[in-house]
Amino acid sequence: MQSNVQTRNTLFVPGRRRFMVGAAGFTFGVAVGIPASLRLATGDAQAAANDFVASPWVTISTDGTIAIMSPAAEMGQGSLTSLPLILAEELDADWARVRIVPAPPNEAVYGNPGFGGIMYTAGSFAVNGYFKALRTFGAQVRQVLLDNAARQWGVPVSELATGPSTVVHARSERRLSYGEIAAFAEIPAKAPDIKPDQLKKTSEFRLIGKDVPRVELPGKVTGSAQYSIDVQTPGMIYGAVLRAPVEGAAPERIDDTAARKVDGLVKLVRLPYGVGVLAETPWAAFKAKNALKVTWSRNAKAWGYNDAGAYQAFAAAAHDLTRSGLAWEKVGDTPAAMAQAQTVVEGEYRCDYAYHAQMEPLNSVAAVSPAGDAVEIWCGTQSQPMAVVAAAKALGIATDRVTFHGMLLGGGFGRRGHRDEEFVVDSVLLSKEAKKPVKVLWTREDDVHNGRFRPLYVHYLRAGLDVSGQVIALHQRVACDQVLPFQDPVRSAKSKGLDNIAMRGTELKTYDIPNRLAEQVSQVTGIRTSSLRAIGVGPNKFASEVFLDEVAVKRGIDPVVLRLELLKNYPRGRAVCEEVARMAEWGRKSDGRGLGFAYCDYTGTQLAAVAEVSLDRASGRIRVHNFWLTIDPGIAVQPDNVIAQTESSIVYGLGLALTERITIEDGTVKQSNFYDYQVPRMRDIPPLHIKLMATDNHPTGAGQMATPLVAPAVANAVFQLTGTRLRRMPMLPEYVKQALLESGRRQA
Amino acid sequence: MSRMTTTSLTINGRRQSITADPDTPLLWVLREQLKLTGTKFGCGVGQCGACMVHVDGQSVYSCLLPVKDMAGRNITTIEGLSADGSHPLQKAWLAEQVPQCGYCQSGQIMRAADLLNNNPRPTREEIVGHMNTNICRCGTYARIVRAIERAAKEG
Repeated sequence: MQSNVQTRNTLFVPGRRRFMVGAAGFTFGVAVGIPASLRLATGDAQAAANDFVASPWVTISTDGTIAIMSPAAEMGQGSLTSLPLILAEELDADWARVRIVPAPPNEAVYGNPGFGGIMYTAGSFAVNGYFKALRTFGAQVRQVLLDNAARQWGVPVSELATGPSTVVHARSERRLSYGEIAAFAEIPAKAPDIKPDQLKKTSEFRLIGKDVPRVELPGKVTGSAQYSIDVQTPGMIYGAVLRAPVEGAAPERIDDTAARKVDGLVKLVRLPYGVGVLAETPWAAFKAKNALKVTWSRNAKAWGYNDAGAYQAFAAAAHDLTRSGLAWEKVGDTPAAMAQAQTVVEGEYRCDYAYHAQMEPLNSVAAVSPAGDAVEIWCGTQSQPMAVVAAAKALGIATDRVTFHGMLLGGGFGRRGHRDEEFVVDSVLLSKEAKKPVKVLWTREDDVHNGRFRPLYVHYLRAGLDVSGQVIALHQRVACDQVLPFQDPVRSAKSKGLDNIAMRGTELKTYDIPNRLAEQVSQVTGIRTSSLRAIGVGPNKFASEVFLDEVAVKRGIDPVVLRLELLKNYPRGRAVCEEVARMAEWGRKSDGRGLGFAYCDYTGTQLAAVAEVSLDRASGRIRVHNFWLTIDPGIAVQPDNVIAQTESSIVYGLGLALTERITIEDGTVKQSNFYDYQVPRMRDIPPLHIKLMATDNHPTGAGQMATPLVAPAVANAVFQLTGTRLRRMPMLPEYVKQALLESGRRQA
Repeated sequence: MSRMTTTSLTINGRRQSITADPDTPLLWVLREQLKLTGTKFGCGVGQCGACMVHVDGQSVYSCLLPVKDMAGRNITTIEGLSADGSHPLQKAWLAEQVPQCGYCQSGQIMRAADLLNNNPRPTREEIVGHMNTNICRCGTYARIVRAIERAAKEG
């Protein structure tokens, strides 16, 4: 299977046939020749010479090989396989003959139609955003093949059908393989119009929903899979960068006496944001970097920042109702409804900074031309065009002078999709200085100290209940570091100030609450922030799903009953809640254990979860014994992979819920490595009971959807067990002990 | 600061002479000098296990081993585990579709191979205890356990 992944886009003989551009807003027409950026790799040159280039997405060779472009970055989520699979389904391709080709950076052709047309793998939005377009492209190519066969045989196209990579005329018992058709196919000047009812019914799928093996996995068990850290080019040397501890600071004084004595040092380079080291080996580069003593300029915003102080300021801003925020969701008239409420319930929740901890520390390789007017880059990025633009900008050259090699990502989780792609710029700047190819390696300590974090949050929530106890108004005030303006100024400029990454998840579309206001009280701190798996949905659901547990207690009703009541107009939401409650035997009592519930609508994907916990009161340590979760992502393109991603996002959620915390003093990150930033290990993982409840709805994503449910389900379980409400994530033993102490005092 | 020295060792059955700064961790020698890049750098401090190889049959953190201490040792990396991905663990890893990003999986497999070499039919508890040294940030732990159980059974 490994052989059907082509990792480079360099091999191509210009197609002899005309060329059509797919639908979905793209121009359809006949092009003379093929733009370099659209060249398709299909194997050996001989086969390529006979290619039938049906669209920039599909090339059919006369030997029957079908090359399909995959536009998303592969960082473990399986899009490399699942996106071409969608196209292959409607093309009716023989999957065994499909070769997958990573798409080159070209947003006009390969941008995600559901993500503003950019090539950016994030938000569990690859299948969601590309699904319709890929089905249409596949159906268009199939139609062209049918039309060609009809013409060849002189029969009406309505008499033809397709099987795997074959057109069949049943009446005359004739068959033509797609490869045979490729040898004579003519491309129409205009793409065939495909109406929704011409697409397959879900019951007709033979690839979607059937689980094909992920194509890149064989290389991942033999060690041959290529990440950017594995790249070696002739003459390459190594780079490391000592970065300023806070964003925007620059080196003022550099004491390099010790660094210069390191054997293998090639050169020290002053950079705007740090000091670069060039060396003959990685070890020499690290040694020299560690030997540097640098004094930094103090003019950056984040100097003097401490998260303890930030909590005070953020909480004050969240609670100050006279200070209006920017509304992310506004339905009805929340202030008026709140004023009329019989009862108002309120709660405050906090989340510490969190770090991605992708297993592959950031790195990149660049080879700048001797004249400095062109560059070749190798990197693992969540956005291919962003890397190209950042490299071009760093050198002051045009983007067509950048040759891009997209590599597998050793984890992304939101860390590798920043507009500035700083870890790519490192190698570009150092290669320019070295006049040689350079691989820049971040150590784990570099990766933590220069991390870009999920922000610090304070939530202040209020619910207004009427006489009967119905929730008539819900007000969420969210104070956190801003994210989007730092992560992506380009998207931010178009967002009218709305910070999707910070606020996502405060919209409560599926809950029947007539008046809802979610507003961001943005905090400008200068701290480096980032999308992190599940983005704002994690902290925001921690707040709102724990809060609803409090509302249920206040009303004296079961938390699941409250959710079912709130979801009365949303059957899909009710279904996942009812099923997970059944699986976990919700309502049972067990000594020394508590059960907690959470529900989440994640951009349409429906999830519910139950956690079973115990607590060691002496240490404050929570243990999760079982975790049940139901997920309805609509159509599950690769069902087993949906389960795998759900296992993955629960494990990630366990770390964020229980142990993962970044602290900042004087703007500087205090943690360094896995010994003081603790991520889940095998022993920490309870049995996971996951039920995929796929429906025929549009697929809405599965890559991170379970992460937000873990913390609220665990906190609510601890409440059921102890009567103590945990309001801070991660629920570190020290926070838990403090909460137990305080709630003991209140009761006394 | 430190002079280059030459160390003689056996890697995947081949005698090799390595000239390097004697403090260089074996990991970087394997990856950058010998181009055996299946062994990964994750933390550099023996915390994550992405760098695990076998030294004289035992799984160890190659990021912690100075090359100077490797003289005469017998080292096996993921590339040497099997010629063609046919080791029972590699087959089981695919059957269970274990890897996600895949970056930690060489280390996981080498760690698991060590377990099965010494304990061909481990209990689930023994598997978890043994594998706790290795971090998988994608959280493939449940599948790793299943794959080890499968390999133990199907051998």
